[in-house]
Amino acid sequence: MKIKKNVAISDSGFIFNPDTGESFSVNPIGLEMLEMLRNGREYEEIRKDILDKYKSDKDTVEKDYHDFITMLKQYNLIENDGQKDD
Amino acid sequence: MTDKKTIKIAVTALNAIDSPGPGVSVIRGLREAESFDVQIIGLSYESLEPGIYMHDIVDKTYQIPYPSSGTSTLFERLMYIHEKEKLDMIIPNFDAELFSFMKLAPKLDKLGIKTFLPTIKQYEEREKFNLPEFGEKYGFNVPESKAIHNIADLYSIGSTFDYPLVVKGKFYDAGIAYNIEQAKSYFNKISAKWGLPIIIQEFVHGTEFNVTGLGDGKGNTISAVPIRKQYITDKGKAWGGISVSDKEMLDLTDQFISSTKWRGGFELELMKNKEGKFFILEINPRIPAWVYLAIGAGQNIPEALVKLAMGMNPKPFSDYTVGKMFIRYSWDMIVDLEEFQQISTYGEL
Repeated sequence: MKIKKNVAISDSGFIFNPDTGESFSVNPIGLEMLEMLRNGREYEEIRKDILDKYKSDKDTVEKDYHDFITMLKQYNLIENDGQKDD
Repeated sequence: MTDKKTIKIAVTALNAIDSPGPGVSVIRGLREAESFDVQIIGLSYESLEPGIYMHDIVDKTYQIPYPSSGTSTLFERLMYIHEKEKLDMIIPNFDAELFSFMKLAPKLDKLGIKTFLPTIKQYEEREKFNLPEFGEKYGFNVPESKAIHNIADLYSIGSTFDYPLVVKGKFYDAGIAYNIEQAKSYFNKISAKWGLPIIIQEFVHGTEFNVTGLGDGKGNTISAVPIRKQYITDKGKAWGGISVSDKEMLDLTDQFISSTKWRGGFELELMKNKEGKFFILEINPRIPAWVYLAIGAGQNIPEALVKLAMGMNPKPFSDYTVGKMFIRYSWDMIVDLEEFQQISTYGEL
């Protein structure tokens, strides 16, 4: 699961997809997730990081992670390389 | 001090209104040209075209007759203007007037007035009702289209088209019809305004993109900038847009220019469907009103067009800025009645 290389992610959480001209905003946790995905982190590592840092539980993180990934796919922000979701 | 040549260019489509003509944007590009200076002669059809009164954009304006008056009436008027102004070039920017200017181009050229327009064959091949043949000939995906001249024909097209379908005017206007009643309503509305035929086109689901560009008439791409419209008005016009980087669109544009040997400016209206396949919905044979975005992104198409016409061999653009946006705005000018009176009465300002 990788974010497309040419997608621009600013420190403020503003996302720009130069292929489609679409732009999006994410909140600070969304931004952290995007950066972890961009750095090639796997789901298990991301989950551990989020759980270490924020008060949450495994099930909530898992659900939110998958919702987030679904949205990224829907907006064509994920590399289409046949990799597994998690 | 630079010693730039001053070129006197007549430009049409000064109607910078809510459904704007490209004239004012084209002129802004010409005024920002690095390789020459310009004097701009506006050519208007109506006394309320805003460009007429924008004196930092247009130096002097002359009214010209509507295309329906015929090419000889237009030529006579252009001769009058040329006598006074000694024009170097004309850039027509309306679909509906292009045919007259293409017809007159050889005569104008003899008088030293350059144009850089598509050939009549190129113009006709890409007409909306010829789009299926165009797609087949040059290998592009295009939606199924059919020209109809009678409202009753809407009943017989059911075997070829499913609803929704797109009802289009010959030059402008379009509507998406979800049933025959809506199709009839669009047929009446659009044909009353733009005449016949009406084009019925298959509706392609997807995301719309546009490319403006410039071909040198020998198959080479001088310019190509793809954009996505971000805000579209109820008249279907872009009020905001952004340059994008899709390589496939640039390849498609190169293929369009090289296979047709396109001469002049153009706009491709494209639809990318869910499978990522591009369809050409329309080919407009002139520079679009949003061309100033291409200029802002680094490709001054009007300047390159003039260079092509004047034999100045422009270098093809190789790059543009992705993520450059345009946001259109409206601005109220205060105009003295004398100016309005002058253009309305004498046809000159």
